[in-house]
Amino acid sequence: MIDRKMTEHIATLARLKVSDQDLEQFSQQFTQILKYFEQISKVDTTNVEPLVTPTDIEAFWREDSVNQEFTAEEMTANAPLKSGNLFKVPPVV
Amino acid sequence: MDLLNSGLKEISDAVKSKKISALEATKFFLNRIDKLNPQLNAYIAVSVDAEKEAKAIDEKVAKGGDAGLLAGVPFGIKDMLCTKGLRTTAGSKILENFIPPYDATVVKRLRDAGVVVLGKLNNDEFAMGSSNETSYYGPVKNPWNPEYVPGGSSGGSAAAQAAKLAAGTIGTDTGGSIRQPANFCGIVGIKPTYGRVSRYGIVAYASSLDQAGPMVSTVEDAALTLEVICGKDPMDSTTAQKSVPAFSKNLKADVKGLKIGLIKEYMQSGLDPDVQKTLDNAITELKKLGAEFVDVEIPLTEMSVPVYYLIATSEASSNLARYDGVKYGFRAHKENQMSVTLEDFYSETRGAGFGTEVKRRIMLGTYCLSSGYYDAYYNKSCQVRRLLRQQFLDAFKKCDVLLAPVTATPAFKIGTRVTDPLKMYLNDIFTTSTNLAGLPGMSVPFGKSKDGLPIGLQLTAPHFEEQRILNVGLAMQQVSPVKGDKPHVI
Repeated sequence: MIDRKMTEHIATLARLKVSDQDLEQFSQQFTQILKYFEQISKVDTTNVEPLVTPTDIEAFWREDSVNQEFTAEEMTANAPLKSGNLFKVPPVV
Repeated sequence: MDLLNSGLKEISDAVKSKKISALEATKFFLNRIDKLNPQLNAYIAVSVDAEKEAKAIDEKVAKGGDAGLLAGVPFGIKDMLCTKGLRTTAGSKILENFIPPYDATVVKRLRDAGVVVLGKLNNDEFAMGSSNETSYYGPVKNPWNPEYVPGGSSGGSAAAQAAKLAAGTIGTDTGGSIRQPANFCGIVGIKPTYGRVSRYGIVAYASSLDQAGPMVSTVEDAALTLEVICGKDPMDSTTAQKSVPAFSKNLKADVKGLKIGLIKEYMQSGLDPDVQKTLDNAITELKKLGAEFVDVEIPLTEMSVPVYYLIATSEASSNLARYDGVKYGFRAHKENQMSVTLEDFYSETRGAGFGTEVKRRIMLGTYCLSSGYYDAYYNKSCQVRRLLRQQFLDAFKKCDVLLAPVTATPAFKIGTRVTDPLKMYLNDIFTTSTNLAGLPGMSVPFGKSKDGLPIGLQLTAPHFEEQRILNVGLAMQQVSPVKGDKPHVI
């Protein structure tokens, strides 16, 4: 059971402002969805290692070399608010 | 030249031999977009540079240079892939004004092969949906009947391809998002093996499941496009270092002696009669061509939807944390930002920028990963995922490929399932396990519903064996009862 209070807590953890109407609806939907999903508990997974990536891929690294792919102007071009090449944000401290 | 019925290779060959210019081909499709997109809503943005790109290809051809495998072929790109200088929204308000400074590797490889990018194709917001109804830019209509959904999340790609608003398109598939809309719109769509195609520059939804692939009109076109986009990429360390086979040269419609597996659990899950008939027809036809059928079991089939949604939403909750209104994208409180706390700034930006389905999935994932629930949901899902993958690997000991429906029903009407998320998630019962296991899968058109909507069938192969499903798909295409059928908009 995911009650309204729990739903509000999840929204806070996820940094999401959610309307009262959505909170109410999400709480009912999460309860229904998770009730259905809980059937996975029936599967015996004793000593099974979790699978986090599906193919046996050998990860590789790039050469540790300096490349300039973008300029600071390009990297900040999409900023909603900036000052020169700095991102402007609300006061943090 | 009949551009509506030409394959990608034919168009490219014609451009290279100057029978047609890349500019003429591009204008042809731009005109179709102008005429038909208002009805279908398949494109979110049309590129103002398309004609310029086409002229550059023509110049290359004129100078006698190698213009590439797909020289002058106009493509539409799903809006989940970054395109340099061309707005990329992922179907979301939060990226409404985002103009990427770089191309996704898939897009770069297409451009290097001579492709002209026509524009960006609509999709469910952040690819989270099975009907294209969650896009901030409005639903896409199915070209076969505009009252029906085109499927999702690559609904724009499927609709554009079926209505020929591009010579070829690219989609992405996290839990069926290439195969399901291909199935609903009567086109060919292939999701490659996880690791075959670079994810660099693709807006991340669930990183252990996402793959991009071609959504095109024929199996030949799928093979050729796949050849261009596959392969190791230094920018994505999860790409496979294996060499990429010459899929298009190796295409062979020979299924003689091939063992095709039918999954018992899929067959018993209450298929729509038209889907059942389509599957039965395919079995009959493939037997005539010399294929053998064997029964296999995937007992964990019923767990695939829960496991998929628990893992995908967990990964999404982490991937989508980057949308904070600071570096790019939508921001609440553009003014008066001195008076707001950082917490409220984030929450209000994200609350106003994301749509309902995206919020629902971020929150489900946040819950699954939160302290006290991680083991029961996320970790448990990853354990079941390993067992599910093993069942597929065991099934492939008995057969070469698997044949299955893509969905239990044909396309449904717009508005009929969107209010019930669980019901919408359960649409994905036959597609999600392919992603969980990392296998390649393809949808090929093979039938039609009583309402005249397309029905496709799904082929699945072992890891990195795309060639097998391409070959079986080609054989199916040649004997398909719906071969040559086109939606009325064409």
